[in-house]
Amino acid sequence: MIPRHLLIGVAALLVLVVAMGIYLRHMRRQAGELESPAADALPVTPPASGPTETVTLYVADDAAGMLRPRSAQIPLPGGRQQRAEELLRALLRIYQQPGAAHPLAPAADIRSIYLVAPGAAVIDLNAAFADQHRSGILSEQLTVNSLVETLAVNVPGIQRVNILVEGKARDTLAGHADLSETFDVTTVEQAGGQ
Amino acid sequence: MTKKALAILLATLTLLSAAPSADEKHISVYSPVAIYTLPVLDRDGQEYVGLLELLEPLGRVSSESQGRRWRLRYNAIDAEFVAGKTRGRIHGRDFDFTAPFLIEDSRGLVPLSSLSALLPRFLGTPVNFRESARRLFVGDVGIQISFQLDASNPPRLALNFSAPVNPAISTEPGRLRMVFKRDPVVSPGSQSISFDNKVITHASYSENNGDAELDVAANQSLMASFSNDRKTIMISTIMVSATPSGVGTGPQNPAQAPPAANMASSNVNVNVNVHRILAVVDPAHGGDERGAALTDMLAEKNVTLGFARLLRHELEIRGFAVALLRDGDSSLTLDQRAAAANGARAGIYISLHAASQGSGARVYTALLPVEGTSKGIFHAWNAAQAPALPVSRIVSAAIVAEMQKRAFPVRASSASLRPLNNVFMPAVAVELAPGADGIADLISANYQQRAASAIADAVVSVRDRLGVQP
Repeated sequence: MIPRHLLIGVAALLVLVVAMGIYLRHMRRQAGELESPAADALPVTPPASGPTETVTLYVADDAAGMLRPRSAQIPLPGGRQQRAEELLRALLRIYQQPGAAHPLAPAADIRSIYLVAPGAAVIDLNAAFADQHRSGILSEQLTVNSLVETLAVNVPGIQRVNILVEGKARDTLAGHADLSETFDVTTVEQAGGQ
Repeated sequence: MTKKALAILLATLTLLSAAPSADEKHISVYSPVAIYTLPVLDRDGQEYVGLLELLEPLGRVSSESQGRRWRLRYNAIDAEFVAGKTRGRIHGRDFDFTAPFLIEDSRGLVPLSSLSALLPRFLGTPVNFRESARRLFVGDVGIQISFQLDASNPPRLALNFSAPVNPAISTEPGRLRMVFKRDPVVSPGSQSISFDNKVITHASYSENNGDAELDVAANQSLMASFSNDRKTIMISTIMVSATPSGVGTGPQNPAQAPPAANMASSNVNVNVNVHRILAVVDPAHGGDERGAALTDMLAEKNVTLGFARLLRHELEIRGFAVALLRDGDSSLTLDQRAAAANGARAGIYISLHAASQGSGARVYTALLPVEGTSKGIFHAWNAAQAPALPVSRIVSAAIVAEMQKRAFPVRASSASLRPLNNVFMPAVAVELAPGADGIADLISANYQQRAASAIADAVVSVRDRLGVQP
């Protein structure tokens, strides 16, 4: 004979399990509604607002095989890190315009930039940036040089740059440009001037 | 904060202690469902392995320890063993170990010498255990090797395997060593195979501590390349220098190989000091790594291979010895490419690429990273190119000049492109890019011929600068 209190306990647990299951289903449905498929494919960070500043962006030109300095007025936040991120996002917007001289994928984005002392920056790209990048030495190297030089010129003190993809080290950008090493800003600037 | 640091330290120490070291004894298990290695423990002069760990990758297994008794269930087979006893029961029948069964931390340990008899009782299939080498083959998984020597000059030795292999390859003068850590390669029948050839003389096979090793010996430097979906390893010799015949020859570089038997080139005057410099030509990408998609059908790896073959011809008729790092659709890692060029002590390394962006050709030298200070005679791997970079730039300028003579739009630049950083001889990468409208040119023999001829002429023009190794 099973004691009564045990039966009541088991029944209560069963009711609790069913209730938790219903609640879990409800929560999952809510989470699904919040996620938009487009959110995965497009950058979500809006341009920063605030006073605009004049900056110099180093814009790649595939046909000429070089970087061209271009002045731009963009709103920049006060923080050094946020400023660096907005700079590179402004650069990306140029590459994502139709007919760009160095096109990048519409979904390419900067996930974050970490400024680590002394003089080192880490650029974290999203997966689409690298996965959808065109393969070729020139194209890939111009992208790297463009990011490094734009950052170094507008954020004083940066001497070395590392590039990650989705927070992880990656061998190459798209089969050619080596991302496993640290880029020396002076060396990249000299290479850009060749 | 202190607790966190302590936890990290403990975790690191645990990981380090768990990591296998080169000296650690281990057993390799090869089966159709899994290939793995396990540590081997020495107890009372006997070698032991954990039975649960041994069977775990092969099926459903569980164990239970009760005092000195240890029970195990593998699929539907029950077994019971007692610590310190040599007799156990498997599926209702007695089994006698060659040494006592042991229990340590609830793990059941069985002597290696019993595995040949023990495992078929669980697996129901025969096993082949090479105890001295600690290599265990479950079922018919062995990979056979056959040798095929092409005795032409220079000779080439093809190692054909019955399944794809992935050995660690290292070279030293006169020897090429392949260590098969995860491939169930089996002995070719004899431990030593002699070849009727004066250059590639013999090969030897050995097994030890779970690994198989195949050594090929020659009286010249050797290099290896993969083909046939990694079922073939082609071993070829590398002629580093040739006949300084005639009078007044200076001291021979000891790193250079003996004189080549044949120097079939009308450009070479045998009455003067002539060094045949080795040019390593590297068709980028290959195998699964297709490189840039130049069109829907045309992959960069195919263009670079055809172009490399043309360049080889152009360099050879100008008196260079040439080694292609791949002469088929095989894959090589960047480290393997650099190691092959460095091991061969080449005079120049030329990497070939193709792209659809831009117009014309680009010649790249290494963009060296921040790290990589050299310590005395040792060069940092990621900056091995540093001492040779000035000569690389001279080569690059020469190629640009020669291509411009042939009306190629061309420019020189630097790129963070491996393995340029990792080779210690003058090194350049040439990327052909006739532009989106000129993709058809990329596969045009005339276009490639003009480019190859320009590069070869440029290399000849700087010949005096090559071949001097740091």
